[in-house]
Amino acid sequence: MDSFIVISLIKVAVVFAVLLTTLAYLQWVERKVIAHIQVRPGPYRVGPHGLLQPVADIVKLLTKEDLVPTYVNKPLYLLAPFLAMTMALLSISVIPFGPQIQVAGYQTYMQLTDLNIGVLFVLAVSSMGVYGIALAGWSSNNKYALLGGLRSSAQMISYELPMSLAIAAPLLISNTLSLRRLVEKQAGGIWNWNVLHGPFPQIVSFIIFLIAAFAETNRIPFDLPEAENELVAGFHTEYSSMKFASFFMSEYANMITVSCMATLLFLGGWVAPWPAEYGSSYVPAAIFVLAGLVALYHGFHPARRRDGYTLPVFGVLFLIAAAVFLLPMVQSWLIPLFWFCAKTGGILFGFMWIRGTLPRFRYDQLMGFTWKFLFPVAMLNLLVTGFLVALRS
Amino acid sequence: MDVILFLAFAIIAVVCAINVVVQTHPISSAVSLVGVMGSLAVLYLLLGAEFLAAAQVIVYAGAIMVLFVFVIMLLNAGAESKKGRSFTAQLLGLPLWVAFLGLMAYFIQRLYPQSTRVHFGGFKGGGAAEIGHALFTTFLLPFEVTSILILVAILGAIVLARKEMD
Repeated sequence: MDSFIVISLIKVAVVFAVLLTTLAYLQWVERKVIAHIQVRPGPYRVGPHGLLQPVADIVKLLTKEDLVPTYVNKPLYLLAPFLAMTMALLSISVIPFGPQIQVAGYQTYMQLTDLNIGVLFVLAVSSMGVYGIALAGWSSNNKYALLGGLRSSAQMISYELPMSLAIAAPLLISNTLSLRRLVEKQAGGIWNWNVLHGPFPQIVSFIIFLIAAFAETNRIPFDLPEAENELVAGFHTEYSSMKFASFFMSEYANMITVSCMATLLFLGGWVAPWPAEYGSSYVPAAIFVLAGLVALYHGFHPARRRDGYTLPVFGVLFLIAAAVFLLPMVQSWLIPLFWFCAKTGGILFGFMWIRGTLPRFRYDQLMGFTWKFLFPVAMLNLLVTGFLVALRS
Repeated sequence: MDVILFLAFAIIAVVCAINVVVQTHPISSAVSLVGVMGSLAVLYLLLGAEFLAAAQVIVYAGAIMVLFVFVIMLLNAGAESKKGRSFTAQLLGLPLWVAFLGLMAYFIQRLYPQSTRVHFGGFKGGGAAEIGHALFTTFLLPFEVTSILILVAILGAIVLARKEMD
């Protein structure tokens, strides 16, 4: 019992340290990705290739003056960022990152806790996240903030329906609500993942889930709650300093959560695309060797004099990482973790790619799209899946 | 442990419920109501009804109350002004309240004279599978009747909204 508490505390500390660092660096990655899409270098001044930019941002946000306007509804104004942040961080507690592992003689799962209603828990927590934004918009006592809050609550209620229906379809195939069991049912290879699994491949619901996820996290092309050319900054217009930062961080934490959920529900979680006996456990090492060699080549290229120091260092680091992936004693947990992070990271990259590519929806298009197209298609997909699952059993 | 959690969340539920009535602004009342729903969900969870707890949060706290807040924000309802209560209300309020509580206790005692004590986590039909099975076998007729009722309500709402548009 005591060891259980100690292990749980250590796991909570590790998961939250990693999550918060990822939040800070996701922002850097996003700025870099969008910069390269727009053919410019992006953050470059703080540290090599702007790598220390997140640290500078955190210092800036912490030391900024914290303004509370006199006309706000103070209790709710202070509650709103707290609520948004809590609900965004809470759902990470049921996400499994890997299988059972052994640390210093103790068996434990790479997951904070496994609820047998895990999927419902994530849905419940994310549906509570609306309050942070809606209350922030209302309590600011500002017409732009109020319009942003209204838009966001209407949008989140509307897109929750196709999202829930899209989640229900793979659950029919896997027949469980526990996220860990969900991944265990998809073990074996890419043909067992729910996105391709029989009797009815869930490609349609995967795409619907992703579209609804964009709307739920208020990302482009659905970022109407903070459309800056109409609403200044939307629901967080009146927030500054760390209160603004907590809305910002909750948006990124929500992005990570929905990417993890897409990975777990449709892409088989930490399961490798093909079994280890056909060499899938050498893929991470191969990828890192390739990345290291590319970095070394460009680092020593005479045309890239400014990167003559950074790129070789990263090349060597990548090669070391490749060597670590070949060590037999860490392979049992590192390789599942690699696949999980790779799939989640791929979806996160998709978020950034779309932000760099698509324009914003008009508000009536946004509502018409979900009620007249996404919802019926998700319903149809659920009916067909249910029918085929019932026929098979 | 269970008793401590039960007491904590029962107190939160009651305090939030009182707050719903005491607050003058509709938004504050709505937020307190969300608190009531949330703590009720925790009480369900303590009893072992996991699916019901999740449904309580998703449906009541996450959907219905968001709609409430949304409508209050849309109508821009202001704080209600407190009017002084009448003399009879002030005089009879407390005795009537005590009498009501006494009557409730009496009826509960009469209706369930020797009910067994509640055990935390003792309810064994609370998983998603059990609830689904019960809905589609034992309670099939009430379930279908309720869904038709909701369908009628939706159709009624559409008809009413249509009339305004023309």
